[in-house]
Amino acid sequence: MKRTDSDIQLLHEQYLASLQKEKRFVRFFQLLIFLIFFLVWEVASKQQWIDPLLFSSPSNIWELLTEKLADGSLLSHVGVTLFETLLGFVLGTLLGTLLAAALWWFPRLSKVADPYLVVLNAMPKVALGPILIVALGPGFTSIIAMGAIISIIITTIVVYTSFKEVDANYVKVLKTFGANRWQCFIGAILPASFPTIISTLKVNVGLSWVGVIVGEFLVSKQGLGYMIIYGFQVFNFTLVLLSLLLIAALATVMYQAVGYIEKKLIKNR
Amino acid sequence: MKFLVIDHVSHTYFTRQSAVTALEDVSLAIEEGEFVSFLGPSGCGKTTLLSIIAALIKPTEGTILLEGNKIDSMNPSVGYMLQQDYLFPWKTIEENIFLGLKIIGIDTNEAKQKALNLLSEIGLKGVEKHYPHQLSGGMRQRAALVRTLAVNPKILLLDEPFSALDYQTKLKLEELVWKTLKDYNKTALLVTHDIGEAIVMSDRIFLFDARPGRIVHTFIIPEELRSLSPFAARQHPRFSELFQSIWKELDQLEKNR
Ligand SMILES: Nc1ncnc2c1ncn2[C@@H]1O[C@H](COP(=O)(O)OP(=O)(O)O)[C@@H](O)[C@H]1O
Ligand SMILES: [Mg+2]
Repeated sequence: MKRTDSDIQLLHEQYLASLQKEKRFVRFFQLLIFLIFFLVWEVASKQQWIDPLLFSSPSNIWELLTEKLADGSLLSHVGVTLFETLLGFVLGTLLGTLLAAALWWFPRLSKVADPYLVVLNAMPKVALGPILIVALGPGFTSIIAMGAIISIIITTIVVYTSFKEVDANYVKVLKTFGANRWQCFIGAILPASFPTIISTLKVNVGLSWVGVIVGEFLVSKQGLGYMIIYGFQVFNFTLVLLSLLLIAALATVMYQAVGYIEKKLIKNR
Repeated sequence: MKFLVIDHVSHTYFTRQSAVTALEDVSLAIEEGEFVSFLGPSGCGKTTLLSIIAALIKPTEGTILLEGNKIDSMNPSVGYMLQQDYLFPWKTIEENIFLGLKIIGIDTNEAKQKALNLLSEIGLKGVEKHYPHQLSGGMRQRAALVRTLAVNPKILLLDEPFSALDYQTKLKLEELVWKTLKDYNKTALLVTHDIGEAIVMSDRIFLFDARPGRIVHTFIIPEELRSLSPFAARQHPRFSELFQSIWKELDQLEKNR
């Protein structure tokens, strides 16, 4: 028997419906896990199965959240941390990419710099914190520097590697038209590396949060990192957990934003 | 005066492991409007010679003269089409074919319009806003040809332009490229390892041998084949005759190795 067009359309609709069903199934269980997690946490804390002083409880955290939102103190802490993280993230990525461009531009420089990059990359950057604070003063600047420095070297290495791996024939095409080095970089090397640069953005989001939170631990003036350290010192773990949950939420939003940019930028490949 | 002169060109590649002589003492001259082919097994230095003519690499020895002038820097008079299309995947077809015009700085509306006209002449009307991945291999190769021709080069270098295509597309493109180049009276230099393609497209064939790459034989295509389009030429009795003699020559080269 020959299938008609309407048969095929019907099958296609069934296929789409099954996709939809699968998606709903996954969403449902994701939500379920979320609810169960907080529910178990709440019950366990109330029933004293876990130490409420240490693990607090969702309801206590919620209470603290509304309270802190009302007196306005929370927003300013969140604002400060977000600002520092965004700036650290942008600076780290930008400077890292610029350094990578410099290495590409001057091949000799890259040969000379190679062992230093390896050492700098291996070193835990947060260990530089105290030095940065002494050098730049205990404030924004050193925290932003922490957020940036933690991602610069790895960005440089990853982006430079991708610059080098761009198919030489694209550059050859440009050269047959007499392109100079700058035109080759802007016309082929950089755009061909966009996917890599975007994927380093994703890594850098996480790294910048680490840098900034550690910076705020050390400087201890304001921000979510400060809230964690302060909560720890006065043994207010509700405050610590509130800060933690906020950081998780904000970092996720940033990560999603980068994912969105990625889709926009490289939709045609 | 000859249009393009290749004068005692030799080239050796140096690597850490070895020194490979890709070309040894190659000399030839091409007339304006002539279509010649370089035919030979892979590794005999054909791509190297094209790169030298396009001034992408400097030969170890020898010179290239275009209309009596030494070519030693990249020069828009020489159009070079690489073995694959290498259209930029993040650019639309339109942006791709304007690429050369932009780099040279002659992207006037008039020049762009000419490129677009050429695009539709070659059968690619309506794909201006498409991205390369939306096109078939044959269409991409045609777009790459338009990109090369858009800057109006005096001589066109084609490096195995049809080798990655299926047979039918290849035959059609041979026809189209041959006709386009004849219409614009372009001098062209085709690299191929396909004997038939060399015969039907060109006026002269230079046969290369490898290790080191050098010219071992020149075949002049008889007038009756030259005037025919590639497809018609394949049907001509002289075609198989010539095919046989080139085949024997290549066979002999292999045996002597
Ligand atoms: N960049 C390079 N470095 C070293 N050897 C090369 C390079 N390019 C080509 N060769 C060598 O030179 C010879 C000729 O290569 P090529 O010009 O690509 O030949 P063809 O295009 O005829 O296949 C080959 O033996 C190849 O291995
Ligand atoms: Mg080749």
